[in-house]
Amino acid sequence: MNVIEAAGLGKRYRRSWALRDASLAVPAGHVVALVGPNGAGKTTLLHLAVGLTAPTAGRVTVLGGVVPGTPAALDQIAFVAQDAPLYRNLSVADMLHLTRNLNRRWDQRRAEARLAELAIPLRRKVGRLSGGQQAQLALTLALARRPALLVLDEPLSSLDPLARHDFMASVMAAVAEDGVSVVLSSHVLADLERVADYLILLSAGQVQVAGEVDDLLAGHRMLAGPAEAAGDVAERLAVVHVHRAGALAHLLVRSNGAAEPAPSGWESSPVGLEELVLAYLREPGAGALPGPSARATQDSGVPA
Amino acid sequence: MTIDKQIGSARGPGERGQDAAIAFRLDHASGVPTYLQLVQQVEHALRLGYLGQGDRLPTVKEVVSSLAINPNTVLKAYRELEHRGLAAGRPGQGTFVRGAPATAGLAELTTLRKSLLAWLRSADAAGLDEAGMVALFTSALRDFHDRRGEAPGPVPRGDAGPGTAAEGAEGVA
Repeated sequence: MNVIEAAGLGKRYRRSWALRDASLAVPAGHVVALVGPNGAGKTTLLHLAVGLTAPTAGRVTVLGGVVPGTPAALDQIAFVAQDAPLYRNLSVADMLHLTRNLNRRWDQRRAEARLAELAIPLRRKVGRLSGGQQAQLALTLALARRPALLVLDEPLSSLDPLARHDFMASVMAAVAEDGVSVVLSSHVLADLERVADYLILLSAGQVQVAGEVDDLLAGHRMLAGPAEAAGDVAERLAVVHVHRAGALAHLLVRSNGAAEPAPSGWESSPVGLEELVLAYLREPGAGALPGPSARATQDSGVPA
Repeated sequence: MTIDKQIGSARGPGERGQDAAIAFRLDHASGVPTYLQLVQQVEHALRLGYLGQGDRLPTVKEVVSSLAINPNTVLKAYRELEHRGLAAGRPGQGTFVRGAPATAGLAELTTLRKSLLAWLRSADAAGLDEAGMVALFTSALRDFHDRRGEAPGPVPRGDAGPGTAAEGAEGVA
């Protein structure tokens, strides 16, 4: 089952496209990092997936073909918007009461147990909780709905390092316990590097890279060698990005596994996720859409 | 030790088997993949006698709750430990330490470590530097192997410090 599936998905606000021609097939059971610079279209994609906004072009379905915004989708998806919006003047207990009455699925025992574990007092006003506690409360409300898909838009941006760690630990514990699929967005990849096993890179409204992290890392190599020979290599291999410094050139290339021998005179080494993402961001024309998504759209093509 | 006593009395006798026998930590700057760090920490603890047969490793949930990493990473580490024959999963109960790399008990190790330290001190007094000690140890280890009629194992690298030479002999691979 795919938790998010999109084909030719686009969203236009007035004259500009916030998201254009996005094709995705994200399988269930992953922790998905949705990364990209500010304004790349991350929030737009998430809003389309949870049914907060309707597409201008193309289509999107969630959880195996369900249309976003329908009751079936709403019951199974929990969405925490940016900065965890909560009613500041309500008490924590009132917030639970309100959310319980607004949802068909609700696990009160679980919500109260989580808050007790986090030592968040039920009688305290939401506005008087710390930033980390507010984020944890929003997460508690989301998880008490027992979702199949949890969508978090920039969940870490306003948290201090300790609160970030605790928040992500809570999310990962929910993944281990319930097997919930998670999509998190951030403009800082480092925040998500250790939790995500699936990456979607958005850039200027387009999906540039999508796939399982292990596959992406295995499918790319960094070659180091003489700059004057870089052109020859680029003719034979799919080069994503070239970085020249004097006589030395570094080429990020797509490869079919580590078994592929490096061209003679070139040294081959594995790439890290951050390195890979930066290389693609510097080359807006390059794309890597391996795996199931490849059949939804033709690769936008690496200059070969 | 007093610390052991406190833990023992707080949890009560007989409950010790319930607790995980190791707590993992991560070095984000090491460049070693996260799952491999977990594997290495278990191996290391086994080799030094902190972990033994039948000890329970933390559950996946316990690990992700403390380290904030993807559960699949922990599963991958535990699969690797099973593959290496060091741990085995028991359905519904958790993952337990199975075999251990042949090693002495904690008390023997402490004694051996002391005599090794004494040897290092005398080598130092004789004017050997660290690289010289490692070279001497390595060559002695090779002699030892030859005399027992075995092929020499992987040899510790020259850059290993004297303190790690002993485990380096097994740990390099």
